[in-house]
Order: sequence, then structure tokens, then C-alpha cells
Amino acid sequence: MAYPANLRYTKEHEWVNVEGGIATIGITDYAQSELGDVVFVELPKVGAKLETGKSFGNVESVKAVSEIYAPAAGEVTAVNTELANKPELLNSDPHGAGWLIKVKLANAAELSGLMDGPAYEAYIAEKGKEASA
Amino acid sequence: MDSVTSSAKIELRKTPLNALHRKLGAKMVNFGGWDMPVEYPSSGGLMAEHKAVRGGVGVFDVSHMGDIRIHTDKTPGGALAAVQHISMNDTSKLVIGQAHYSAMLYPQGTFVDDVIVHRLGEDDFLLVINAGTREKDIQWVRQNTANHDCVVEDLSDAYTQLAIQGPRAAEVLQKLTDVDLSTIKNYWFSHGTVCGLPNRLIARTGYTGEDGFEIYVPGDTATSEAVWNAMIEAGREFGIIPCGLGARNTLRLESRMCLYEHEISDSINVWEAGLDRYCKMEKTDFVGRTGLARASSAGLKRTLVGLEMVERGIARDSYRVFDSAGEEIGVVTSGSPSPTLSKNIALAYVPPVHAAVGTFLYVEVRSQRIKAQVVATPFYKRAKKTAPQAVGTT
Repeated sequence: MAYPANLRYTKEHEWVNVEGGIATIGITDYAQSELGDVVFVELPKVGAKLETGKSFGNVESVKAVSEIYAPAAGEVTAVNTELANKPELLNSDPHGAGWLIKVKLANAAELSGLMDGPAYEAYIAEKGKEASA
Repeated sequence: MDSVTSSAKIELRKTPLNALHRKLGAKMVNFGGWDMPVEYPSSGGLMAEHKAVRGGVGVFDVSHMGDIRIHTDKTPGGALAAVQHISMNDTSKLVIGQAHYSAMLYPQGTFVDDVIVHRLGEDDFLLVINAGTREKDIQWVRQNTANHDCVVEDLSDAYTQLAIQGPRAAEVLQKLTDVDLSTIKNYWFSHGTVCGLPNRLIARTGYTGEDGFEIYVPGDTATSEAVWNAMIEAGREFGIIPCGLGARNTLRLESRMCLYEHEISDSINVWEAGLDRYCKMEKTDFVGRTGLARASSAGLKRTLVGLEMVERGIARDSYRVFDSAGEEIGVVTSGSPSPTLSKNIALAYVPPVHAAVGTFLYVEVRSQRIKAQVVATPFYKRAKKTAPQAVGTT
């Protein structure tokens, strides 16, 4: 799967899409493929405050729990409620319908260090090499 | 998201099918020091693999399991006496061609390992043991049989062990063997030609709660791959897919089968694990018997129960269990979503007073106490097939 050019990526395998001070956050295709069949998603409520680098929720597959970390501080303005009944959207459309939350950023500059698509692809290719070495 | 797999640089052991798993794109994990496939995304992943075994057929590489042969041809009864001494089930009850579930115990009645004992001959036994406990088991068996007239052989690396599991398993394997599989009953075995290889052990055993077979073929890569590929080819019409340790775990959990270091360990005894029916206290003395007798008169402090989550949340291994008054009373040993039941299930140790079916308990999932209920186990039991009618009955 291609990593869209309009998104930015974290080393912990979240993606971020910023539009007008609001960041939409999800997990990457690599993350969902590492997890396998997603069966449960636990997300904060609208109005919750996120702290940079702190866990704000969990994604669970049949075999594992994975925490999701906030790439920047801000306030949650929307939560993807569809995931409660259709957690498999994280597998089928991780960069689209499988988005997790929208956040009003406290300081958009916090995201300046994130990777773009090609850099993230290089990053996961390197991880793949480590794993099979 | 944090990293799911660890990239620690340790030399993992590989089964003869390792390269093939990697070629199939399997996701590999470190399981007890072994580089093993956890699931095969290319054939649908864990959930699809689990469902294939419940509804059709799947094949597992279980070559990481260990095999110990105990035999003698000098003193009649020497090997039987040795196996009786080191295991809790009554091996004298096995006839040649039969197998049973048993366990090896420490003196206090806790587990060295659980084991399937096969009676190959009058004084010839094959013990199939767990991968993560191989060295410990073999050393323990050697020590505890030192005073018996028998030969203990570690055959763990000699075989590739494949498990063909599911309601269609017999049909698949029948295409590859000259043995009439309908004559092999559950927990019995036979020897015959498989894929042109003579004298192969074919056992009607498994770790899935489904009908199925485990076969043992020579452990070289070429032979192993040829048999694996023949199995996939023969099973194509039944929708066979390769299955990994992920599905193996959810299948065994639904069937309430124990996993070492989870439901059984060196600190859990036979009574607590609820394995009483495989432990024959009245047979000849065995290691652990005295400890179990003592534990029996001391009374049960905890017992293994099945839990079904009532509220949303998934119980996982080592999560804490609380009663309705908020007292911490126990711990989850295995927990997972159940692909067959579409519920979240778990096994947990709790005091007997909290073990009655219907009791509401709480599992702590990331600092929240999630309501669960004690349910009867196994969570899943396969429907009894109409037994093939014996010749002569009407």
C-alpha cells in the first residue's frame, strides 16, 4: 500500500493529517499488518486533552494489545465512532475510513519533525531488514 | 503504536520448514527460543486460520515439539516402569498403538511439563513434550529414570512434525497414505506410508479441540517441504491453509487445553489445574504423588475457571482478577477473543469460593475493572459425529 503524500508519519507508526489546525490521527498500514485482525479499539472522549508522546488509546488484535501515542498535544474534537462496531476498518482502510481521532493542536510546530511518505517507507524497509537479519 | 515484535539479537532455532514459512510470507515470532510462524497473512491471517480448522482443515508445523523415546529390550517391563515412575497417568493401561495425555511432576505435584505418551511397543514409549521445556524435560527424564533399566533417547531433532487439523483432516490425509484412517480412533496411532515414505507414525491427536492427525516425517528440509506441499495440494479441494501459532493458541484456549507457563507451571499443581482425570493416584508410585496427596488433604486454594467477558474488554494473560467487593482474588492465565464464539474469553485462577458457574468477577484491563462471568469449560466442544457403524451392528 502506498503511504499518501499529504500525511506525516511517526516512528511509532501513527499517521497525522493536518488541515486548518486540526490533526486527524490514525495508525499506518504497516502497523495494522503487524497487528493482524483488529478486534477492539479504545479511544478517548471528545474534549479529552492529549499530551505529546503519551498514550491516548489502544488497538487490540486477537493476539496483542498496542498503545497509540499522541504525536502532539491538543484537545480531541472528534472520535471515529464507527470503529466500535467495525474495528476491521483499521485493517481494510487504515489511512482512510480507519482514522481514529481528530485533535485541535496546541502547537502545530510540534509535528515538524515527522517523516513524509518516502522517509517513512525507508524507515519501515530498514525495520524489515533488521527483523529478517 | 509501540513495536509488536522484539528485535533482540539471539540465535533462534529453526524447524526444517523455516525457509518455506518465510517464503509464504508468514509473520515470524520467537516462541520459546524458536523462530516460528504466528500467522500467514497471505492466506488470511489468524482469524481465517482458526475458522479453517473449525470448519474445514488447516496444517501446522509443530516440529518445535520435542520427542523422547524410552525403551528397553533387556529387562522386560523396564521402560514401562520408568514411564510409570515419571508420569502421572497409568501407562500400564495403554495398549500398543494407543496414546494418552499425562504430565511429569516435581515432588510437590507441580508441573515439569505436560506430555502425550504413545505406546509404540510392549516396552517402547514415545513422549511428546513442549518446545520451550525440551532441555529441562530431557535432563529431568534422564535423572529420574537413572535407576531404571531403560534407554532414553532424545529424538527431538529427528522429525518434522505436522498437525493436520479440522473436520476434513481425515479426507486430506487419506489421499496421501495407505493406512485406513477410519480405523484409527481418537488418541490412537498407526504406522504406514505417507507421501511414499514408509513406516511413518500417524496419530489421531492434536491441540485444537477438532478432529485431526499428527504425523512424523524425516527431519530434512527436502522431505519436509515435499510432505508439506503434498498436504497443501491434497487439501486444496477442502480449502486447506497453513496455520500458525496464533490460531493454535486460540483453538486450544476455546477447548480449554493447558499451555505450559500459563495454566500449568512449576508452581501450579494437578488439582488446581483441574487435570485430576489424567492423574492416577492409585497406580504404582510416581514422582509427585506424595506431594499431591499432601496438597489434597491441605485443600484447594485456587482453581482454574473459564471466564466470559460481560462488558467490553479483552482479558489477557496475567491481568488481575477481582471479586465484586473489590478484593484481588486471582489472575488470568490465558485470554483472547474467541473467533468461534465471537466473545472474549479467558482462563483464570481464583479461590474455589469464587469458581461457581454464573459468579460475576472483574478483570482489570488497563486500570479499569471489566465485568466477567464464570462459565463452564470447554468454551467450545465439537459436535460428536455419528460414529461409523461397526460391521455386524444393525
